[in-house]
Amino acid sequence: MSTKKRVAATVNGDAAEFLCEPRQSLLEVLREVLSLTGTKEGCNDGNCGACSVIVDGTLVNSCCMLGVEIDGCEVETVEGLARNGKLHPLQKTYLEETGMQCGFCTPGFLMSSKALLDAHPDPSERQIRHWLSGNLCRCTGYDKIVRAVQKAARMLEAER
Amino acid sequence: MHDFQFVTPGTLNEALKLLAKHGASAQLLAGGTDLIVKMRVRHARPDLVLDAKHIPELNVLKLDGTGLTIGAAVSCRSIYLDERIAARYPALVDCTALIGGIQIQGRATVGGNLCNAAPSADTIPALIALGAMAHLRGPKGKRQLPVEKFCLGPGKTALRKGEMLIHVRIPKPAKNSGAFFLRFIPRNEMDIAVVNAAAAVVLDARKTKFISARIAIGAAAPTPLYVEDAGAVLADEPVSENMIAEAARIASDAVRPITDMRGTIEQRRDLAAVLTARALRGAIDRAKRGNR
Amino acid sequence: MNKPEKLPHFRVVGTNPIRPDGLDKVTGRAVYGDDFKIAGMLHGKVLRSPHAHARIKSIDTRRAAKLPGVRAIITGADFPKPSVAMVPMGEGGYVDMNDTADNVIAKGKAFYDGHVIAAVAADNPHIAEEAVALIDVKYEVLPPVMDVRSAMAPGAAVLHETFNPGAFFMKTHKVLPNASRLELGAGDVARGFKEADVIVEREFTTETVHQGYIESHICTAQWDERGQVTIWTTTQGAFAIRDQVAIVCAVPMSHVRVVPLEIGGGFGGKDTAYIEPLAAMLAKKADRPVKVVMSRAESLRATGPSSGTFIRAKMGAKKDGTLVAADLSFAYEAGGFPGGPIAAGVLTSITRYNIPNVRLEGFDVLVNKPKVKPYRAPGATQSNFAVEQVMNQLAEKLGMDPVEFRIRNAMKTGDRLILGFPCPPVGGVEMLEAVKKHPHYKAPLGKNQGRGVAFSFWFGAGLTSSAELSVNSDGTVQMCTGSCDLSGTRLTLAMQAAEALGIDVEDVSPTIGDTHSVGYTLQSVGSRTTFATGIAVYEAAQKVLKEMAGRAALLWETDPANVAVDRGDFTDMNNPAHRFTFRELADKLEHSGGPVSAQSTVTPERVGFQLAAHLVDIEVDTETGKVDILRYTAFQDAGKAVHPDFVAGQIQGGVVQGLGWALNEEFWYDAKGRLCNASLLDYRMPIALDVPMIDVVILETPNPGHPFGVRGVGEVPIVPPAAAVANAIYDAIGVRMDALPMKPGRVLQKIKEQKSAAA
Repeated sequence: MSTKKRVAATVNGDAAEFLCEPRQSLLEVLREVLSLTGTKEGCNDGNCGACSVIVDGTLVNSCCMLGVEIDGCEVETVEGLARNGKLHPLQKTYLEETGMQCGFCTPGFLMSSKALLDAHPDPSERQIRHWLSGNLCRCTGYDKIVRAVQKAARMLEAER
Repeated sequence: MHDFQFVTPGTLNEALKLLAKHGASAQLLAGGTDLIVKMRVRHARPDLVLDAKHIPELNVLKLDGTGLTIGAAVSCRSIYLDERIAARYPALVDCTALIGGIQIQGRATVGGNLCNAAPSADTIPALIALGAMAHLRGPKGKRQLPVEKFCLGPGKTALRKGEMLIHVRIPKPAKNSGAFFLRFIPRNEMDIAVVNAAAAVVLDARKTKFISARIAIGAAAPTPLYVEDAGAVLADEPVSENMIAEAARIASDAVRPITDMRGTIEQRRDLAAVLTARALRGAIDRAKRGNR
Repeated sequence: MNKPEKLPHFRVVGTNPIRPDGLDKVTGRAVYGDDFKIAGMLHGKVLRSPHAHARIKSIDTRRAAKLPGVRAIITGADFPKPSVAMVPMGEGGYVDMNDTADNVIAKGKAFYDGHVIAAVAADNPHIAEEAVALIDVKYEVLPPVMDVRSAMAPGAAVLHETFNPGAFFMKTHKVLPNASRLELGAGDVARGFKEADVIVEREFTTETVHQGYIESHICTAQWDERGQVTIWTTTQGAFAIRDQVAIVCAVPMSHVRVVPLEIGGGFGGKDTAYIEPLAAMLAKKADRPVKVVMSRAESLRATGPSSGTFIRAKMGAKKDGTLVAADLSFAYEAGGFPGGPIAAGVLTSITRYNIPNVRLEGFDVLVNKPKVKPYRAPGATQSNFAVEQVMNQLAEKLGMDPVEFRIRNAMKTGDRLILGFPCPPVGGVEMLEAVKKHPHYKAPLGKNQGRGVAFSFWFGAGLTSSAELSVNSDGTVQMCTGSCDLSGTRLTLAMQAAEALGIDVEDVSPTIGDTHSVGYTLQSVGSRTTFATGIAVYEAAQKVLKEMAGRAALLWETDPANVAVDRGDFTDMNNPAHRFTFRELADKLEHSGGPVSAQSTVTPERVGFQLAAHLVDIEVDTETGKVDILRYTAFQDAGKAVHPDFVAGQIQGGVVQGLGWALNEEFWYDAKGRLCNASLLDYRMPIALDVPMIDVVILETPNPGHPFGVRGVGEVPIVPPAAAVANAIYDAIGVRMDALPMKPGRVLQKIKEQKSAAA
């Protein structure tokens, strides 16, 4: 067995140091090593987006990245969205607009939505659908998800 | 997944030495969106994985007076987000902005797409149409070859033992030129191309005549196909729907598709013609608008 | 969205509160199958057959056992033979437990690509996976039977020498080596067709499709020293899993505790025990808890799917637009074991129209594919694809508007159904009138654009549900039901409790019980949770109110008959000064006989029929055959929409699943019967860019079988899209689609045929 590697990263604003095997994906590291199980495995090959997280500002599928690759990186997961007991506007609007049913794809959608609104504060419907096309939802038909993102964009605009 | 060693070489020499030493049991990891998935389903079992992202030469993205250098480890997303590159090479945006979802684009690299050598690779037809060269380094030094000669078959490349792709170099677009890439997929994103196509055209000053054209088709042969004849037939001919149809016919005749779960031979032949025509129209339109 | 007016007598039902479990789901705290961990847990991986049809000659696990970190290996030989045969499995109908057991792990023969051969438990999933690759299996490969027509043809390879025909809704009888059959009818079909002025006769095929839930199948099993096994799993029905594990592993039901975790989608596919018995047996052998996680590829290869079909449809109508005859024959894949949704497919095919002369025939056909599972209105989408296209073609021949033609023949309340009983209250005609009046129906269309309509029916299910309510001294209420929550039913059930008790929904705290803590409850299937478990909650609430009224009577020293209860207020009819709010009385329960709780187990029969009519606009790229969805409006009768936003969400989700089925989804097998597209890349489910906003029109014809008028809503919305899109393609470019999916290559082929026919 290969020696485990020591990795030091920032996860949701906190320093995280851990040991992991090179063959462990970032998804596996988040879930099994750091116990951050909000990030989900849906396909494990980059086609469903349930494992979406943000690494150094870039939206990625954590299943298609090795845990050892985040050494020195900043990682944001769904667990870091709410701050000081206050929900992120997207978390609020996904609830208010019923942008979820089973909720399993929701963490991934929230992270993709956040990356979208970070890059495009006032997205068109088409832009939202384009950004979310790497995230599969089998329950909602996407309608209410799109509306939740539109509403969160308005909320964030009002906050600015 | 099987067990392997992971190293992060900081210099090209270090990486080349490791590649030379470990040979086929070593694999370079760029974006990982193909390699990690392949390892997971046991289609790749390297003993040593080299992270390419800390080797300076592989991370160059540089536009200069004579062209564009894309390091092998540069992500698709950083290419299409660069406004200067997007303005000069819109066909590169066409292809880099539709590989996988946004998540994949943040990691996947043009170099990786090339080295993965899938017949359906979405960046390769555009690279071929744009006349890109692949720059390689190996134990015996540097060499370069046109991108259309890089892929030898599904998953097979011209890379020799211990050799690696450093970057691709795309020449500066000619005056009055335009290029365009598109693919056909059943969904609106997130699919492997049933067929894809790229065209690059150079028009005369009045933009009514072709000076030259390069056409490439993907997912319709064991490798992305440079259909030289389809481009050649346009040279010195007027820009017209008839000529577009002629080039499309040649492209459709040149492809050697298979039937699989993504499409049939007949459908792929039809699509090769349709997409060639559409790619040409897109390229002509860009040339006319001065938007390459 | 066209929201129903809130009726004055409802306080909670008909509003859109936020779900109590939502916070856990937007923060990542919710515990789904794979999020559950237990100390000392091992990881299981499964070896699956690479062959669609093969005899297992030998299994050699010696090399795998030697790998460091491997703790247990099991094969079919580790499982007992079930002691009972035909067992009712809720919506699944009667199931032969021998089949269930053989589906869990192959005994002697593998019936599909992905059929379980052996399983390994090891210290981590990577070791388990390496060990699986070290198991040596020798197979005698048999010819695979991959579609219904070849399975029914003379000389086809035979899957099972003997089998018990399935009984989903209705019993079928074995008529061929690989098929069983059912038939029902009314009137005289031959005479009916003689009376007909126009007749349309066509054939259709549809491919195997998967439910496609984003969370795969995942469970963890642990035994204790008394021989009791606890299983934490992601399921639509804890009791269904319990019963299957008990029988397959030969453990008393009382010794199997199934704890349902959050479920990441099911759609009918998550109530069969696939990995739970494997995890249990591995845990027993290793004497350690074991978690088994199915990969996406495993889930697609070996669970779920809904049947591929071959359908012959012949229907006739008179000049005045009256349907007079229908002769319909359906062959549905059962998969590797009998018991597909044939009866439901057959019965729903025409139930919504009055047709005097009918012959309906169905075949349940064994093929070398995974055993099919219900998928949202099981069987109905396929039969609807055929019948609703024939309906449009008849309307065209008659020169009638297709909606008008449907109105003319629509079943109305009290009409006699083919099953022999009168139609319970329905609003089908009203729905079709609403379609006609909707602006969408007359909106202009462009070149290569077309509009399609389809009208659909689904029964829904009643079945058994249990609920318990406990009143806290501060006036809040704990509610426990046995219904797994796939989409927000904790809330819709809490709303019904609050409505019935006359308190605020925030004061009802819903939980889902495990099989040791709540009364028997069948799966969350058949659109039944808000309906049937809602009735259990309502009945429990009535018991609570009765008990509390008795306590008020005690405190007021009057007869309970004198206590009036209205919206949570208790009053003494003989003394207006005697008045308690629910909260005030709750505070007094402790000292008037102790806290109050009540339980209810119900099996409601009067299930409200589900009707839906959909309108779709599409555009065809005539060079590539690609169909784009431009606009969609779905009309549905919810009876009473408990949470209108959730109802709309159910409809939108069902529509988009239906659009996936219509356009691209299919299992693609090679000649050897191996599934080639076992990934979410190539099993092409719709993405956000593939669909527009889905407009929803909710109608409300109350169901008298539910105290608030509720009908199930979850299933029927998947039924119309395929037929509606097919009708829209014809409207756009004049080609008739006879196969699902209507993928680009197939549409292009039709366009080419049309061109060559014209030339």
